[in-house]
Formats: sequence, C-alpha cells, structure tokens
Amino acid sequence: MLQGPVVIAVSFCYLALLFAVAYWGDKRADQGRSVIANPTIYALSMAVYCTTWTYYGSVGRAAVSGVGFLPIYLGPTLVMALGGFLILKMIRTAKANRITSIADFIASRYGKSQLLGGLVTVIAVIGVIPYIALQLKAVSGSYDLIVGYPALIAPKEGSPVLADTTFYIALILAAFTILFGTRHLDATERHEGMVAAVALESVVKLVAFGAVGLFVTFVLYDGAGDIFRRALEDPQLAKLTAVAADSRSYATWFSLTLLAGLAILMLPRQFQVTVVENVSEAHLKRAIWLFPLYLFLINLFVLPIALGGLMRFAGQGMDADSFVLTLPMSAQQELLALLVFVGGLSAATGMVIVETIALSTMVCNDLVMPLLLRTRALALHAERDLSGLLLGIRRGAIVVVLLLGYFYFRLAGDAYALVGIGLISFAAVAQFAPALIGGMYWRGGTRDGALAGLSAGFAVWAYTLLLPSFAKSGWLPARFISDGPFAIELLKPHQLFGLAGLDDISHCLFWSFAANIGAYVVVSLLRPPTAAEASQATQFVDALKTTRPVGSALWRGSADAGELIALVGRFLGPRRAEAAFAAYARRRGVDDAARLEADADLVHHAESLLTGAIGSASARAMVASVAKEEPLSLAEVMNILDEASQLRTYSRELERKSRELEAATSELKAANDRLLELDRLKDDFIASVSHELRTPLTSIRAFSEILRDSPHAPLAERERFLGIIVSETERLTRLVNQILDMAKIESGNVDWRVEDVDLKSVIEQSAEATGQLFLDKGVRLELDLSPAVPTVRADRDHVMQVVINLLSNAVKFAPARAGRVCIRLGRDADGVRVRVEDNGPGIRSEDREVIFERFRQGGDSLTGKPTGTGLGLPISRKIVEYFGGRLWVESERGQGAAFVFVLPAA
Amino acid sequence: MQRSSLSGQRLVAVFMVGCFLFNYPVLAVFDRARSLFGAPLVFVYLFAVWAALIGLMAWVVERRERHERGGN
Amino acid sequence: MTRKILIADDEQNIVISVEFLMKREGYAVSVAADGEEALTKIRAEKPDLVLLDVMMPKKNGFEICQEVRADAALAGVRILMLTARGRDTEVAKGLAIGADAYMTKPFSTRELVEKVRELLG
Repeated sequence: MLQGPVVIAVSFCYLALLFAVAYWGDKRADQGRSVIANPTIYALSMAVYCTTWTYYGSVGRAAVSGVGFLPIYLGPTLVMALGGFLILKMIRTAKANRITSIADFIASRYGKSQLLGGLVTVIAVIGVIPYIALQLKAVSGSYDLIVGYPALIAPKEGSPVLADTTFYIALILAAFTILFGTRHLDATERHEGMVAAVALESVVKLVAFGAVGLFVTFVLYDGAGDIFRRALEDPQLAKLTAVAADSRSYATWFSLTLLAGLAILMLPRQFQVTVVENVSEAHLKRAIWLFPLYLFLINLFVLPIALGGLMRFAGQGMDADSFVLTLPMSAQQELLALLVFVGGLSAATGMVIVETIALSTMVCNDLVMPLLLRTRALALHAERDLSGLLLGIRRGAIVVVLLLGYFYFRLAGDAYALVGIGLISFAAVAQFAPALIGGMYWRGGTRDGALAGLSAGFAVWAYTLLLPSFAKSGWLPARFISDGPFAIELLKPHQLFGLAGLDDISHCLFWSFAANIGAYVVVSLLRPPTAAEASQATQFVDALKTTRPVGSALWRGSADAGELIALVGRFLGPRRAEAAFAAYARRRGVDDAARLEADADLVHHAESLLTGAIGSASARAMVASVAKEEPLSLAEVMNILDEASQLRTYSRELERKSRELEAATSELKAANDRLLELDRLKDDFIASVSHELRTPLTSIRAFSEILRDSPHAPLAERERFLGIIVSETERLTRLVNQILDMAKIESGNVDWRVEDVDLKSVIEQSAEATGQLFLDKGVRLELDLSPAVPTVRADRDHVMQVVINLLSNAVKFAPARAGRVCIRLGRDADGVRVRVEDNGPGIRSEDREVIFERFRQGGDSLTGKPTGTGLGLPISRKIVEYFGGRLWVESERGQGAAFVFVLPAA
Repeated sequence: MQRSSLSGQRLVAVFMVGCFLFNYPVLAVFDRARSLFGAPLVFVYLFAVWAALIGLMAWVVERRERHERGGN
Repeated sequence: MTRKILIADDEQNIVISVEFLMKREGYAVSVAADGEEALTKIRAEKPDLVLLDVMMPKKNGFEICQEVRADAALAGVRILMLTARGRDTEVAKGLAIGADAYMTKPFSTRELVEKVRELLG
C-alpha cells in the first residue's frame, strides 16, 4: 500500500483536511465563536517549534551525539519559566502597539525605524529560508524513501521540478498560506484558521512520533531497558548514553541550551504563534507548562529509537535521520510507516506555513512597502485604494518565500549548507536577542545601537557559520576553513583570532554576541535617545505597568479627520476603515466619524490601525504625510514622560500608602483585640483575687459574728471558732503576700540578688523550715542529694521559696502517716535538677499545665479541697524561668507526682 | 497582586534551578557510565529533572489561577 | 416539722459556720463538699432549702440549680445561692436560672438567718 499514488493521495487528503480545519476555524472566528480561544490550542500551536528537524533530525542527532539533542528542548523549557515576565511583556507590548512581526517589534521599539525593520527582515529571510528548504527536503526525502518500499534506501537522483511531488506540495502550501494567511488586512493580523490547523498538526506529529516510539521500544525490542542494555554492551553505542567525552561538550551543551532558549523567542514563526496570534494573555499560563510538556513527550523516545535503529541496521550505512521511517518499514509495518510519513508532513507543513506568513508580513511591511513608499511616493499617494496592492504584495511575498525555499532545496541538495542549517538558522535569529530583549528592559538603547549590534552580530554569524557552511558544501574553497581567507591564520572562521577549543556553534555564539552586544551597548551610549526613541522606549520598557503613557500623549500637531480616514482606507480598504473609525467614534461619544476632532488621540488611532496593516515604520511615515506634526524636542518628550512617570510614582505612592494604612488598621485591630483580651484577663484575675479574698473573709466574719451573738457558747466551741478565725487570717495574709509577689514579678519590680547559689544547702534549709509540716502529718521526707553539683546563678531567697513551696505542696498531697516525700538533687544535661516526689494521688494529665495557672488548683473529690492560694506554683515557675530554668510536673494518676525544676549551671 | 508576583518569583526560581541542574558541573555528576532502572544514569536524570520542572511550573501557575478564581 | 437544710460548699470552715448558724435556728442540717455530692443529697433527702455555693469542684452551683429546676420531683426545694464572686452579672445569672435568693460572701450572719427564715416561712 506504499506505492506512489497511494502516498500522494494520502498526503493530499491530509492537506485537504488542513484546509478544512483552517476554513472551519476562520468561519468560527467570523461568527465570533473562536476555536482557538483556548489555552491548550495556544500551547499546541507553539509546538510548531518542532519541525522535521525535530521529527526526523532528533533521532539523527541522537545517533551521533547521544543525549546531545536535548538542549534544543531544554532551553525553551527554561525560557518558558520566564514566560510570565518576558513573553507576557512581549504580548502586551505587541498588542498595545499593534505589532505584527518581530521586525516590526524591533523597528517600533527604536523610534519606528524603517531601516532597522528592513535589516531584521533581511537577517530573518537569510537565516530562515534555508530552514524552510530543509522542511521541503525532509518531505521529499521521506517521500522518496516510502515509495521505494520495500527497499530501505532512497534513490540518489531526484526527479525534475515539474515531476517533483515536493514542488506541488510547496505550491499547495503557498495556496494554503495565501488563503488563510492573507484573507484580509486586519489591524491585529491574526489568523485563527491557520492556528487551528497548526495545532492539529502538532497533535498529529506527536501521535505519529509516539506511535513509532512505542513500536520500536516495545515491539521491535523488549522495552527501553532492553534497548539500553543491549546498547551498553557495545562500547561504540555506550558512548552515546553520556553527555560528554570532555569538558568541551559541556560548553556545547550550554551554548545549545542558550541558543534554543533564544530561538523560542526570536524565530519569526514562534513570534507569530506566541505573540501575534495570542488571543488572551491568560492562555500563556497553561502554555508555560503545557508546551514544555509537549517537548518532553516528543523527545521521550528519541534515544531509544536512535539506539534501536543503530543496532538493527548495524553495518548497513543507513541514514539515522530516516530511522523514524525506515524502522517501521523494515518491520513491514506499512500503516505505521504511512502514519510516520504523515506526521513528518505535518511537522514540515506547520513550520512552512507559519514561517511563510511571518516572513511575508515582514517582507511586505518592512522591506517592500517602505521602498515603494519612498520611490513611488507621490504616485502611491494618488492611488485611491491600496489594500489590493498590499494584499498582492503579501501574496507575492508568500510565493516568493516558498519558491526561494524550494529552489534552495533543489540547489543545495545534500550539501552541508542545507543539512546543517538547523542550528545555523537558530544562531542567525539569536542575533535579534540583544536589541529585542535589551530594548524591553533598557531605556538607553538607541536605533543606532540596535543597527550596529545587529549588523555586527549578523556579519560575524555570516563569517563564522554561513560562509563555512558554504565551504563545507564545496561552494567555497575548503581552504577558507582550514587556512583562513588569504591564508590568514587569525581569520580562520572556526577559530577566529585564534580562539580554539570551542565547537563551531559555541564559537559563533561567543564572537557574534560579543560583537552584537558590544556594538549595541557602546553605540547606544554614544548619544542620548532621540525624542521618538525615548517615547517608544517608555512604551516598551513600561509595558507591564498599569499607568502607561499612551502614544497620543507624545504627538502634537494638526490633522484633518477626513484625510486620516481616507488614508487608512487606502490601506485597509474603505469599508474596513469606515467601520473601524465608526467604532472609534462611538467609543468617543460622537455619532458621525466625519465629525471627529482630529486630535492627537485620533491621529494615534489612525496610526495604530495602519501599523497593523503595514508596520509601524511605514505607518508613521504615512500618517506624517497627511498630518502636520510639530516635532517635539527631546526635552519636551522627556517632560511628558516625566509627568507620566510622576503620575505613576504618585499612584504607586498612593497604592503603597493605602496598603500601609490597611496594614496599620489591621495592626490596630489586633492591638485592640490584645488589649481587650488583656482586659478580660485582668478582669478574670480581679474576679479570682476577689473570690480568693472573700472566702477566708467569709469564715472570719461568720465566726466573729457567731462569737458576738452567742456569748454563752461552750468554751471549747469558742476556742475552736477563734482558732479558725486565726488560721483564716493567716491564709488571708499569705494570699495577700503572694498576690503582691506575683504582681511584683509580673511587673518586673523584683530586686533579684543574683549570686552563686549552692542548691544543696538551699534544700537542706528548706527541709528544715518545712520539717514541722511533715511531722504534723506524719509524712516521711527523704533527701537524696548528689554531692558534686555545680552552683547556679540565682537569687537564693527566691530559690528557697520555690523549694519550700514544692515541699509544702508535696506534703499537702501525700497521704497522712503513710506519706513519703523524696527530694533529689542531681546533674542534668541542661544544668542542675531538683526533683520533689510524693506518693500522693497524682495529677490528671489534663491538669498538668492547668496547675501552673493562677488560682487554678489541682484537686477533686479524690484529693479533697487543697488548702493553698493557687499562686504558689505560678510564682515558682516564674522564678525558675527568670533564671533561665524550667519547672514542670511528671505524674501518673495514682502514682504520685514529681515536680521537677532545672536551673542552668553557673 | 502580591500573590501573582510571588508566583512570578517562583517561576524565576524554577528557571534558575533548571539552569543549575541542566548544566556543568551538576550535569557532570550524573554523566557517568552507570545505569538506573536499566537506562543510562544521565538519561534518567535529565528526563526526571525535566519532568519535575514541568510539574513545578504547572503547580505554580495553575495554583495561582485557582486562587484568583477563588478570590473573585 | 423540722425543716431540712443542705449546705453545699467546698470551704470547710464556711460549712462549719453556716452549719452552726442553721442548727442554732433549729433546722436539720446536712452537708455536701462538692457539686455531685450536693446533687445526690438533694435527690435523696429533698431538703426544704439548699445553701448553694457557686464555685465548687465537679459541678458548679449554676449547674446544680439548673438540674434541680429541671426535675419536677424537686419542685419544693428552695435554693439560696452563696458566692464569693460578687459581680452583678452572676447575681442576675443565678436568679435567671431559678435560684430563689442570692447572697454574696462575706455575708452578715443575721441577714443570712433572716433570708433563710423568709425562704422557709
């Protein structure tokens, strides 16, 4: 089933499908029901990055350099992480300025310079057309291969142009691009049908590549592990599984990562799908990870396929670039081979279509129009409607670009200048990076700087990569590379000025960037930006700020509304122009566009409409031809920009102030809450104190009154009552003292006398002081004092207060007569440890912290109401903590309790 | 606003981590004749780091999206 | 018939003084030292009056008051709450949940006796 007619029929069916999808996409767009207003479609369209160079070439690269193909995809992955800044800024700038190509982007940034736009276009055309040729070559090569089935080697001699399928494919692509790329001259220049088709192609190539990957890995071999195991047995193949033979490979690796990372931003087709065709900034979010995921998936099987192919075709001299196709063919998988072919076709056509649209826009707006406007300026002005001419130029440019690509492919054949073009092309467009990225972040960059940088970088690129590729193709003498031009050693293109030790790509990247960036910066610094440059610089650098000065603020002069409308009409067609101005008039609250006031804003609007159609530089020139602009001096521009930036500063200041106020308010609220909480705590404290004071007072008063009212009570009873009065009075005194203690500690008014304290003597003294309590209750007190304990830095009296407190607590809870309290002193990792154990009822786990709160006593029905103030433990803890120690309790219910404190050793 | 600049910073951090892990000298650490799960170590390493970076990027941006929706 | 009074308070000395006062007035007195004991004794003995301390272990006076009021069998039990927390809100709370009278500690013994007489009269 792989005969020529079948393959051709399938190919054309596939192209017809693309037409259908694109037609449907445009139809839906016209109905306002965009199919590409979808972040996934957006991310898929970015995958136009993966051309046949990926589809067939990755395997070829992997067969030579192992994982060396990966940087081409790692670079873009990394750059996508910066997409939130970089790409977003590009999209926003492009939308605000109606920029439709990368040439226009750079030209617009540097004062809408026609010269700069032209230079970028020329570089892009020279750098990219061979790349288009490479796609056509891949289509042609894969076609020759597949129709040669069951043979696995393609015939060497090609067919004449008119019998060449590839020629017709190129023509169909031109038709497709013309149909869906130049349907109308839109101010936004978006091509929804084309994007939909490209997204579909991305799916097709991923599916096809995945299918062949799975087939090779799991059908031809026994899984990836099997492939790798077999490959590792062959020392020649084992080398492919490593990045580096020497440290030079890491330099190459880095260069390729950088190059690919820049290419994802600078390639005209990537700029087209990423920036120009972007429907909504929100779509970027998904693309940030979905596009890298696509790259990840399409590369997963590259190395297994390469190794599988190398082993299967060992010694047959097969071209590794065609493994993707020849592997299924060699296994008689005709259907799979056909699918692979269609996948390759989709990789090629997607790239060719988008690249051609991008290039033709650039060629038309930045090369042809400026020349036409200049040479035939008067005649052009006289013409009524130029929109037809404009579309004609676009279409002509498309055909020319595609034919140039085709004939370059025919001409170059298998020459290195075509085969090796992938990276060479990347290196060419990478030259845009300094001017483009620099222009987005540096206000000081000027048109002259950009021109100098681009020219220098391009020249070095041509000298170190392009000319050598011609030499390798035999179009220049080989001595050009080996000996340098005119046998001048220092000028050898791969070892410029004697710089050896780098591969040719890294070498070119180094010298071209050195020249490019150096010239860009130095020349930019030679003079201050002009008024036009400064105003555009602000538009670009401040693109992400909310209060950007609008372009109209920077225009002063007089114009006539009718003339402006007519001017725009000449390029967009009168109907579109009238519709655009009518919409604008409605926004301004004017019912008739003809009655619009020709103010700066209208002029700006007209210019931006034109920019979409013919590029910023030509648009500026055209508007200048009908509107009398009074040129602003640099000082005036700077004033306007300063005002704008002052406004911006004010609004930022305001924002900051209001944020601060918000923060202050919430802080105040929090402070208030804290105060309320403190108030509540204080209330609680006062309530507790009052309760604690009232309780003994109640007994005292009651018994005093009883004694007063019952003079005849028995003596024993009177004595008992008096005893109670006395003890309650003592309790009251203790309580008052402890409350004062507590208050003093809490307010920090204690006169601590810090000295070296020997805990052993403190404990002994405390035991003596509490001795009577133990005797009264019949509780045994044991002392277990380690002799070799260091002193601690503390206040002796207060430490003794703690020990006495713990001892009296212990005796209080120890059972009468059977009670046993043990106080131990010992060394501890943290310092000196004192442990007071009793054999009382213990403390419930939920009470273990509660008892250290003020007025919260342990005790329930089992322990009975404890006598005490409920302040002893809180005070003790405060004292211990004051000296940097800790006080806590260890207890099991029914097992007694152990109060432990540790003080740091002196 | 603060949150979106936070995820912006996270993405930059992902970028820097990626640059760090995908280049010499870290790369050289894994670039040796060893196998892991039957595949060459550096192959496994590169793809694992790659997948992790993509996962991180997805986490950072999609998470922010949810927050913004939730906030509205 | 001798009126029965239950004194529920965890402060032993206060119990002693109030017990003395009540016995001197000729009432039959029983004593409870915590909330649960108080409730058990109220159910068992159905006293005519409970002198109820608010801050007691296990169950506070408010809870006991509520449970007594919720129990139809105890409808005849009068409650005089005694508390050392003298805040107005607590007096109001006590009365709201069904105490018949409320006194703050320290109280005048004469007033207490009068109040008890009044409640039982």
